[in-house]
Amino acid sequence: MEHITFLVVVVIITALAFDFTNGFHDTANAMATSIATGALRPKVAVAISAVLNLVGAFLSVEVAKTISGGIVDDRLVTPPMVFAGLVGAILWNLLTWLLGLPSSSSHALFGGLIGAVWVGAGMQGVHFGTVLEKILIPAVASPLIAGFVAMTATFLAYTMTARARHESVTRTFRLGQVASASLVSLAHGTNDAQKTMGVITLTLISTGALASGSAPPFWVITIAGLAIALGTYLGGWRIIRTMGKGITEIESPQGFAAEASATTVILASSHLGFALSTTQVVSGAILGTGLGRRLARVRWSVAGRMALAWLLTLPAAAAVGAVAAAVATTGTLGVTIAALVTIAAAAGLYAASRRNPVHAGNVNDVPPVPQQAAA
Amino acid sequence: MDIKWTALGQVFMVSLAVSVVVVVVFSLGVMALSARQTVREHDSGGGSGALAAAVVCFAACAAVVGYGIYLIVPQFH
Repeated sequence: MEHITFLVVVVIITALAFDFTNGFHDTANAMATSIATGALRPKVAVAISAVLNLVGAFLSVEVAKTISGGIVDDRLVTPPMVFAGLVGAILWNLLTWLLGLPSSSSHALFGGLIGAVWVGAGMQGVHFGTVLEKILIPAVASPLIAGFVAMTATFLAYTMTARARHESVTRTFRLGQVASASLVSLAHGTNDAQKTMGVITLTLISTGALASGSAPPFWVITIAGLAIALGTYLGGWRIIRTMGKGITEIESPQGFAAEASATTVILASSHLGFALSTTQVVSGAILGTGLGRRLARVRWSVAGRMALAWLLTLPAAAAVGAVAAAVATTGTLGVTIAALVTIAAAAGLYAASRRNPVHAGNVNDVPPVPQQAAA
Repeated sequence: MDIKWTALGQVFMVSLAVSVVVVVVFSLGVMALSARQTVREHDSGGGSGALAAAVVCFAACAAVVGYGIYLIVPQFH
């Protein structure tokens, strides 16, 4: 085990911490609408999502070939830069969680890496064309596509079932929600846990602990799957509240229409070669379902804050990643200092969240959308 | 830089078509269940036709879910 240095251990632990924040940031994507409509009790919803994320982690066999998917020049990336990029992503994920804002964990990771590589290897290490192609265009397209699809689906669902008995409508659509929410969780596990496995595996390869081109070892798959599942189970209740109750008031036919649309867009995008961010697809679908039901009101102020958070995700994570890289690339002492500062900052954000805790018991307690916020 | 607008357009068209079909078929199933309940309030043995229609609708939706699982799990293809 002479290849497992202090630095590699720090990178692995940081990668797992990111995986954990990834899980609890993204629970809302799959489960927020089911929790909001009462299709699933909050604790049951996060438990199902956690199990499906863990299953998904073991199902994904395709090894991540690159850490960043071509957004930075992977040949220039060293373990301290990976560490710094992860730090940027973790801190941005925690800050947006504190504010209850859904933002893409992948974008946070890419942002952190961009900042770290820019400082560590220079600007030529960042592929800005790929940033436009893989991040900016999808970020604009995701909510528009998902929003329009969900709006159409919601309109149809309400028009068709307008004369049906109210209780069978509510009950049946709730059952349908459980199926569509489970699909989102499974898809999430196969995609996102794999990212962390890729980071850990490529770090082990870079230090010679694994042969080049190795698949993730079983222990890497296990700890990555467990970290994302644990994060999912603990549930980012603040984000679940925003997505389930904050954007618009969701009834069960809307929840079904939004989730069915989001699931379809996510699966279509990953199989037709135009990857879209899950977080932005689901947020767009929820917004669309609010617009598709007559008399439903959309809180545009919440939608605006979400859009601002998406805009800031990349540069903010990049800024933190850059600062962390400036310190961490100086050597072991620098990595130690950066790690301690990160732990202190994370503890501070957690402490701030305790002043106004959101949990399974109060996640749905939100006042109704006020009249003046009508669309 | 190579932005795949065609792929993006395909994602939009396929998503719209599949979502609309699923939601319409599911809504038909909901209508059938509701109709069955209304019938059974007057005639406790009736409504089997409506039930059959609902079963067909929900089976079709389940098939779409099955295809979704097929797409997600790499071991299947």
